[in-house]
Order: sequence, then structure tokens, then C-alpha cells
Amino acid sequence: MPQIHYYRASRTRLLAFSLLFTVLSVTGTVLLALTLLAGFLSAIWLGLPLLVLVATLIRRYTGAVRRILGEFLPDGPIPSPYRPTNNTTLRRRISSTLTDPAYWRDLAWLALNATVGLVIAAVPAALFAAALDSVAGLYYHQFLTDPWIVAVHITSPLAAILLLPQAAVLFFLFWLLAPPCLTAYARLSRLLLAPTETMRLSARVTHLATSRAETIDAQASEVRRIERDLHDGAQARLVSLGMSLGMAEDMLERDPQTAQRLLTEARESTRVALTELRDLVRGIHPPVLVERGLDGAVRAFAVAQPMPITVDIDLPGRPADPVESAAYFAIAEILANTLKHANADRAWVRINHGRGRMVMVVGDNGTGGATAAPGTGLDGIRRRLSAFDGTMSLVSPKGGPTIVTMELPCVLSSPKTSPSSATD
Amino acid sequence: MRVVIAEDLALLRDGLIRLLEANDFEVAAAVEDGPSLLTALLDHRPDVAVVDVRLPPTFTDEGLQAAIEARKKVPGLPVLVLSQHVEQLYARELLSAGGSGVGYLLKDRVFDVGQFVDSVRRVAAGGTAMDPEVISQLLAIQDSAGPLANITAREREVLGEMAEGRSNSSIAARLFVTEKAVSKHINSIFTKLDLPPSPDDSRRVLAVLAYLSAEQHR
Repeated sequence: MPQIHYYRASRTRLLAFSLLFTVLSVTGTVLLALTLLAGFLSAIWLGLPLLVLVATLIRRYTGAVRRILGEFLPDGPIPSPYRPTNNTTLRRRISSTLTDPAYWRDLAWLALNATVGLVIAAVPAALFAAALDSVAGLYYHQFLTDPWIVAVHITSPLAAILLLPQAAVLFFLFWLLAPPCLTAYARLSRLLLAPTETMRLSARVTHLATSRAETIDAQASEVRRIERDLHDGAQARLVSLGMSLGMAEDMLERDPQTAQRLLTEARESTRVALTELRDLVRGIHPPVLVERGLDGAVRAFAVAQPMPITVDIDLPGRPADPVESAAYFAIAEILANTLKHANADRAWVRINHGRGRMVMVVGDNGTGGATAAPGTGLDGIRRRLSAFDGTMSLVSPKGGPTIVTMELPCVLSSPKTSPSSATD
Repeated sequence: MRVVIAEDLALLRDGLIRLLEANDFEVAAAVEDGPSLLTALLDHRPDVAVVDVRLPPTFTDEGLQAAIEARKKVPGLPVLVLSQHVEQLYARELLSAGGSGVGYLLKDRVFDVGQFVDSVRRVAAGGTAMDPEVISQLLAIQDSAGPLANITAREREVLGEMAEGRSNSSIAARLFVTEKAVSKHINSIFTKLDLPPSPDDSRRVLAVLAYLSAEQHR
């Protein structure tokens, strides 16, 4: 939501918001009343489910307010303060709702909003209404015989004339007070609607604990895969190679022909072992990523695919190795998915960097319908990126196109790469 | 025949020197990093250079860059690039910098000494030596509905050999057929792919590679 500078905001818009907040304050009291009712009914258990239902409504309601208030706050919409709810059973759901401090702060806000909040939010609308009423009074005085039709007391023509400057003053007050009133309203509401520092930190800790556990799991299974590949592949080949060489050495004198055959076998074993090692290395960390960075590696991947893939990369430097590798594998996996499932005849990759984030967009003109439901490849990518505080979003309507947008917070080093310890 | 070798691992460098000297090459210089490779190439002007892609000091594609740089200064300087992995991207960069006297092979190819020495000689003579891996990747990703669908299995074999940079006689020897049969197959391939026939081995490699990669991105 674009943030507007309130002194330059159109007064019509501010008037509309003032009216909206006034109405919302009033409807909010309904929610408060329902909560109280449910609270009383809880004495006979019946109220608890109702309490949860109303709590859900309150979340939606305050959620909308958090978004709208973003218009008047320098940091945009107010972030959501809730803990993740446990929806497994009704009992758990009730207890997780009621023990969330954010719920109680929401109730406090509803109460504050119905009183102080209502007054502040209604000031601009009231001033405007009063100004309008004054002008209307003038109008009615001239054309209607009954001056009592409006709330303003009009006793003489002079009083009627004086209504004009009164309207002007009221309108001027509206003009002057509308911006500060709405800003004050937004700031006041933020006090209770925004997460406290403790809530923010505890949400962050929960997120970090989850993503760390996932990262450790993923790493452990990756290490197991590498171990298995080496054990069944290259290691076994080297054993057979050693055997062939040993036998060849033994037979060199007695049976040169067999020795020759064994040596050929040994060479073949070596070749296969190298091929397997090469595939394994590619899966761990593609050499071209070391040699050319993300830019070159994505291009090298793209040219080797049986589909035109447009690559547009604008990175003024290189991200840290782990970030680079995570980005590469995410992009490669998405493109591989595209090849397998999308029925696309072209795809594109765009990467750039700004505001401390690297943004990667992968799209295709295929049939769409991709999902990132738990357990899917895309969900795996999302979880791996979250280990770096990265995000992934997917747009893939039936009929296409599919667009995956990923963001990774990172800083870029200077363009020239620093030496690493790896050798070819 | 004078050769410059660039390889940072001492074990492999010594192996290459031994292998090439045993096959009547004279090793003019054996260097271990990018900057000294460029100097050695420009000072010694060897008949051929055998270069590892990844070299110190950056351990990135230092060797490849030095080779491309040297070929810019000495057009047609024959360079055979060796690597632990092959990338089509690198093959294209090498070829696009000027066609003749270029090779790009996996290090594994050194195992077959005879073929490896052949490749070095071919590059030195201004020919081409493309790794079968690059070619098979290009052939594998061709759509089965494309023009390659009309090509017979035998012609496909010949196409692969040709794209690696082999001459008609060498293809004939490897496939156990006559040279005449090979040139018949090649004519048929060029007709089917709608390419102008070219007697020059390295130019026809370029034509085939350009065709295959253009087809891939059609």
C-alpha cells in the first residue's frame, strides 16, 4: 500500500477515512459486546466456542484496520502480532486463543477505540458536517418559512448572514485538523494493535527455531545421501580398480594377455568412478558456480536445457557462497520442474539486487496449476530459502503462466571473486 | 612439436609432461597459474597449448580466460582446454572466439593415450577436438520431432564423431567402414539438415555445433 504524505493528501480522502473509522469504531463495540456476552455464557461452557468464533471475527476486523492504518503510518501497514494458533482440537484452539496476549490487546483496543478513538477519528467528519450544516442553515433561512428545520438557531437575517463566516471557520478547522487527527488516531491504535517488542522477538525465535531444525534435517539427509553415493559408487569402483591392478601385476609375467585385459578394465573402472564423482560434485556444488558465480552458473544451466530460457541477470557483485548456492539450486529445481510438468515452450529467469535483497523471478508460459503445498518440491525450496530468511511466492493459475518470485536478503561482495581453497 | 602446459596440480602436470614427451612433443614450458600462462603463451608461441580451466590465483576459470585472451592476441593459437567437467557454455565461448585450433576435453580423456595425443595433434594442426560429452548433451536434448528425427542411427553416429572434430578417415577407422561410406553419410546429413557442405573439418564442426545449439533454442 503506498504511503501518502498526510499534508498533501486530498481532504476528500481524509474525510472518507474519518467517516470510515467513525463507523468502524461503532461496529467494533458490537464485537466487544459479543465478547462480553460469550464471556458470561462461558460460565456454562456454551460461551467458549462462541468466544473463539468472535475472536476470529476480531482478528479479521483488526487485520483490516491494520492494513488501512498503514496509509497514515511511516512504516506502512501494522504487522500482525498473533502467535500461531493450534487448531487440532477445539480445546487447544480455545486455550491458544485465550492465552495469546495479542487477543487481549485487541480487546483493549476495541474499548479504547469505542471511546477516545471514536472522538479523535470523528473530529474531522464532525467539523465538516457542522460547516455543511451552517451553509444549509443559510439556504433554509432564505427559502423556507420555518427556520427551526435546522439545528442552528436563526432568529434574524443578521444571524443568518453570520452563518457564512461560521461555516468558513468550521471548514478551515476541518482543513487544518483532519491530517493530525487521523495521524494521531493511527498512532494511538498502533500502540495496541502492533506487536510489542517481546511478541516480535518471540515470533522471531519461533521462526528461527523451526527453520534451524529444518535446515539441520535437510543437511543431515544431504550428508547421508553423499555418504551413500560415495560408498556405493566411487569407493566401490576404487576397490575393484585396485583388485584389477593387483591381478594384472600378478599376471604380467605369466599371462600378459589377461594382464592387458585387466588393465583395460581398470581404466574403464577409473572412467566410471570419475563420471560418478563428477555427478556427485555437481549435486553438492556445481564447479561452474565456483568458476563463474550465480550469473554464469544459471546461464550454463539454461543453455544445457532443451527449451529456450531467457536469462537476464543484473548483479553488481557476488553474494556469499551459501546464499549463491541456495539461489542456484532453487532456480535449477524450478526450471527442472518447468521442463517436467509445465508443458511450456519457453521460460525466463530474472535476477537483480536492491535494498539489501536479491530478487529472483522464474517464469514460464506453460499450463500453470503448480502448487507449493506441504511436501511438494516448491515447498522444499521455500523451506530451504527460509533458512536464509528468504521468501518464495508462487502465482500459477490453471492455464498458466507460472511465475515464482524468490527473495533472499544478502549483501554483494566486490565484482571480482576472492580466492577459494578449491582446485580443479 | 612444441607445447605449453598449464596445470596447477603437480601430479597431473608431471603426468602430462611425461605423456606428451613420450609422444615426441617438446614441452616448452609448464606453468601453474593464469598470469604466467599468458606470458608463456606470448613468449614461447608454442605449436599447441594444453590448459586446465581452473587455475590459481582465483581458482575460477582463469585458464579458460587466459586461453581466450591469448587467442585474441595471437589469432589461431591452438589451445586444448582440459577440465574436470564440461559446460556447453564454455565450449561456445571457445568456439565463438575463432574456430580453428580449439579443443575442449574432459581430463578423463587422458586415459586413452592414443586418442588424447591424436586430439592434441589435431588441435595443433588447426583442427577441433570437442569432448563427446558436449556433443552427446547437444544430441540428447534435441526434440525427437525436430529435423534430427529423419537421421538414421548410423548417420547419428557419424554426426557425433564429426562434431567431435574427427576427419573422414578417422571416422571411417573408428566405425569400421570405408572413407567413401563416411563421406556419403556426411553428405546425406548435410542435406537433411540443410547445411552447405564443407570440406574443411573444423569449419564443418562449427556448422554442426551452431546448427545443434540453434536448433535447441529455436
